[in-house]
Amino acid sequence: MEVSKEYAVQMHGITKLFGSFCALDHVDLDVKRGTIHSLLGENGAGKSTLMNVLYGLYQADAGEIYLNGERVHIKNPTTAIEHGIGMVHQHFMLVDNFTVTQNIILGNETANRFGILDMKKARKNVQEIVEKYGLEVDPDAKIEDISVGMQQRVEILKALYRGADLLILDEPTAVLTPQEIEDLIQIMHNLIADGKTIIIITHKLKEIKESSDVCTIIRRGKYVDTVAVQEVDEEELATKMVGHAVQLVVEKSPAKPGEVVFAIDHLTVKDERGLRAVNDLSLQVRKGEIVGIAGIDGNGQKELVEAITCLTKCESGTIQINGQQVQNTTPRNVVDHKISTIHEDRQKRGLVLNFTVAENAILEKYRTEPFRKHGMLNNSEILAFTNGLLHDYDVRPEDCAQHLARSLSGGNQQKVIIAREVANEPDLLIAVQPTRGLDVGAIEYVHKTLIAERDKGRAILLISLELDEVMNVSDTIAVLYNGSIADTFKQGEVDEKTIGLLMAGGKQHAKNS
Amino acid sequence: MQRTVRILKKPITSTILAIVCGFLVASVVLVVAGYNPAEAFGALFHGIFSKPKYISNVIIKATPITLTALSVAFAYKVGMFNIGAEGQYIVAAVASTIVGYLFNLPAILQVPLVVMTGMVAGALYGGIVGFLKAKFGIHEVLTSIMLNWIALYLSNFVVQSDAFHQPNTTATYPVNPSSYTMLLPEWKTSDEGIAFLKQYDWLSEVMLKTDINFGFLVAIVAAVVIWFLLYRSTKGFEFRAVGANRDAAEFAGINVNRNITQAMLIAGALSGLAAVMMITGTNPHRISTLAAFENNGFNGLSVAFIAGSSPVGCILQVYCLAACSMAANLSRRILALLRKLSIL
Amino acid sequence: MVTDTGGVNDQSFNQSAWEGLQTLKDEMGADVNYIESKQEADYATNLDKAADDEAQLIWGVGFAMADAIGIAATANPDIQYAIIDNGYDEATMPDNVAGVMFRAQEPSFVVGYIAGKTTETGKVGFVGGVTSDIIDQFQYGFQAGVDYASEELGKTITVDVQYAESFTDASKGKAIASKMFSDGCDIVFHAAGGAGVGVIEAAKDAGKYAIGVDRDQAYLAPENVLTSAMKLVNNAVIAVSKEVIEGKEIGGQTYTYGLTEDAVGIPEEHSLMGDETYNAALEVEEKIKNGEIVPPANADEYAQFGK
Repeated sequence: MEVSKEYAVQMHGITKLFGSFCALDHVDLDVKRGTIHSLLGENGAGKSTLMNVLYGLYQADAGEIYLNGERVHIKNPTTAIEHGIGMVHQHFMLVDNFTVTQNIILGNETANRFGILDMKKARKNVQEIVEKYGLEVDPDAKIEDISVGMQQRVEILKALYRGADLLILDEPTAVLTPQEIEDLIQIMHNLIADGKTIIIITHKLKEIKESSDVCTIIRRGKYVDTVAVQEVDEEELATKMVGHAVQLVVEKSPAKPGEVVFAIDHLTVKDERGLRAVNDLSLQVRKGEIVGIAGIDGNGQKELVEAITCLTKCESGTIQINGQQVQNTTPRNVVDHKISTIHEDRQKRGLVLNFTVAENAILEKYRTEPFRKHGMLNNSEILAFTNGLLHDYDVRPEDCAQHLARSLSGGNQQKVIIAREVANEPDLLIAVQPTRGLDVGAIEYVHKTLIAERDKGRAILLISLELDEVMNVSDTIAVLYNGSIADTFKQGEVDEKTIGLLMAGGKQHAKNS
Repeated sequence: MQRTVRILKKPITSTILAIVCGFLVASVVLVVAGYNPAEAFGALFHGIFSKPKYISNVIIKATPITLTALSVAFAYKVGMFNIGAEGQYIVAAVASTIVGYLFNLPAILQVPLVVMTGMVAGALYGGIVGFLKAKFGIHEVLTSIMLNWIALYLSNFVVQSDAFHQPNTTATYPVNPSSYTMLLPEWKTSDEGIAFLKQYDWLSEVMLKTDINFGFLVAIVAAVVIWFLLYRSTKGFEFRAVGANRDAAEFAGINVNRNITQAMLIAGALSGLAAVMMITGTNPHRISTLAAFENNGFNGLSVAFIAGSSPVGCILQVYCLAACSMAANLSRRILALLRKLSIL
Repeated sequence: MVTDTGGVNDQSFNQSAWEGLQTLKDEMGADVNYIESKQEADYATNLDKAADDEAQLIWGVGFAMADAIGIAATANPDIQYAIIDNGYDEATMPDNVAGVMFRAQEPSFVVGYIAGKTTETGKVGFVGGVTSDIIDQFQYGFQAGVDYASEELGKTITVDVQYAESFTDASKGKAIASKMFSDGCDIVFHAAGGAGVGVIEAAKDAGKYAIGVDRDQAYLAPENVLTSAMKLVNNAVIAVSKEVIEGKEIGGQTYTYGLTEDAVGIPEEHSLMGDETYNAALEVEEKIKNGEIVPPANADEYAQFGK
């Protein structure tokens, strides 16, 4: 494509090698000024790498970058900022016990003529930007006291404060609630109205449709296509991204539920503040059935999972697996009773990131034969077992058993966890937010795996904040509101609207309608 | 390029780099101070390598620090900051001196008894820290620092007590010779031994003029055992999981609190072993009034962290430190400065 | 010379001994050097290093080094050794070791006498470090000196004796002395090394008198240090070293230094006690020198002395 002043950014033929691995292979990207441009691709496709090249964190091995029609060499982020590029990373880089204003001016402090920090002026400048774009952040609040969505706004403010005309947002919605996502999209539109340009890295098709003008798709380090978002539908985007047709709604045969294997009876759990987060909750899961729990975040999901896995004490009530009570014992006892859990927080609870993939694969099994022999780790068995899992679950790169878990992409990390938990051959498999942060291809894979395990006769408890997911995958849908089950339905008996109302606490209304 | 990165990431590399940087910084300081660095380092190496017994003394000096460094490094792998190695060392020194003095069994029983006593004392002392952390969540640095001082005063109390205080000294009675862990302590001073050693100059120098003891072997064996425990055993797997991600370990069914306590018991035992080898292996085989900490534990702390908490790195780094410390005394004016820098 | 764990700038023995060696260097051009010990375990290696430096005479400062000197001397029969504050002991030392002792009871007696003459409350105190033969010399010498003064004045003066159980714990020394002052003592003598610094601080706080030890400690509190029972280690070091330089074999015996040899004494500065007392004290010194008074060095001798 011609180099033109109309384009805020043009990246031509960008190639980036990591050792022998080609992360980017002659990728092109042309972003028109004043537009929202999505960069779509699977986990590990090279989206972030491309943006890191633009932001000067990486140096491209080949290719050219033009800003507003002029060739530039971006050596480091400082050069990028000088060229009016701002980037908001997936993981925020904020000082927790500093205020919003302090964070924003950090590294770019306003000084008065005596060289002393002029907080008043800084605060005023920040306030101006806040009002201009409707960012609604309290400049004096401490970072540790504000929500994740607010923190993200602070990151955006930081970039704007440094005079960014081009904003790069790396997976901005991954950490946000649905309401926060709506707000963010509104903010993005405000910015565009002011003549800014935005590049957004994402793999969520719905958001692309809602927010973007143009979308560039890359797959495994290669440029695939650039499309006008209005002219394509989600299925087309998914197909281009994955490289083959994808089912956005997973197909499954009807459930053949057996006897009850897992029963929660009048369970009450208090949260950290001593409030009843789970309140007199009862629930049953049968063999060969997926029970999905729908609910808005903060209605007791976290405490319910912690109570089942014995990370928290129960106040009252029982939790039974195969007729045996396991409440208030130890996490190990729960695992031993054949309950396996895919935790929502991969990096905190699911994996030891500084362990190898193989070590993570045996995190619950290390003490059993054949992985343990005379108190020692049996490395050959461990490797064989791990390689088997990696192969079965198509974890990439293929030979990653000895790599650190940290080095895997999010989707592959999740595959390792699912593989490990399923390999326990549990009677009850609990999946909490199993597709969080995953791309459509990986989501499809996770859903298929859950259904396949169901068909093998396992009981599956799915807890998710994504209503679509609960509706599509579950055989029985339970709605969690305020720590107890508001109602349960068979799949197909109920529509999204009814569930949505129940989730919001409109119990009576839902019943009557 | 990748290869370089991989080499740079190895803990041993950081150890070597730290040593090299220490020398470079020291050179600059020496030049600024008007000394010739070449001469200074010449004196340093002369101090270390010119005579076999100096090398021997370096090894002896290094032994306790190797073990305390190992203690710190091990605890760190389990996510604990063992600043209490100093106190564990002191308590073990006290306990092993008491037992070594009160009992006088044949060496084959006495040595294991004294060594076990010291290790158990150190282990219990470390275990207190682990227990308080596991049970009440009290931060280990806080308890360790307090326990260090308690150990110091406990030691001085024992030194002054009528039962153990040797009149006309500032120390206790030494342990009985049956507790000694020098190489052939009796034979080497016998006529026969002296006659034999006379044939080999270096051997007689090392054997007769220094307290060469089994400590350095013990330290190396301990390093290997700890490595094996951490990286080959299932117990070590638990330890490392707790150290690398406490939350994930807990979720996977590993008892985090029990592992913390056990790890501190082991770390304490290692510090204790350092003290026992010092008491049984080198003169004066006793404890004396402490005006301040002797830094056997704190030096271990610096060593462990320069070595990136790698057991092997600990050994290398500790010898450098010990060597500098020995040599510094020889030409102290210039080199006292240097030693401080090598710690930095 | 090899210092003990106090180090060469300890304001005490080590420093004084090193001053003696430096004088020797200035006067006779002797080649002198020192090695500092950081912990007890360093004694042996440091003594060994000194031997490697081809020293003719090696000084060990402090009785804590006795065992190490014995061993080092056995290994190096050609080198002469001398140890300060420890007698020659045939059982543990070969005959190339000399002990150097001080009759600390002599200056202690003199300062005891001064204390007796000066006290207004009739109560004085003694703070010792850790019980040992050497500290006994200070204690009983002092007590005898006080008794001597009380007899002369014809009034009862009591001596309160306590030990700090430490040579380093200044806060403990201060606590003990403060208690003594509040119990009515107006002069406290200490033989407690670093712990004694606390005694002097207590005197300063209470506005009472302390008596220093080993060196003239008036610099610590010029208004409150009445006098000091000095051991002039430097003089002893010079005297013994000279013998070695002259080619004598010093080993196998204990050199004992007292007033006669000018190796102990009290400082000349006496503004706090006045000329009368000072002159009386000098007379007592003379009596000790000519043997008229023999100050006791331990409990038995003290019992005898009273009779």
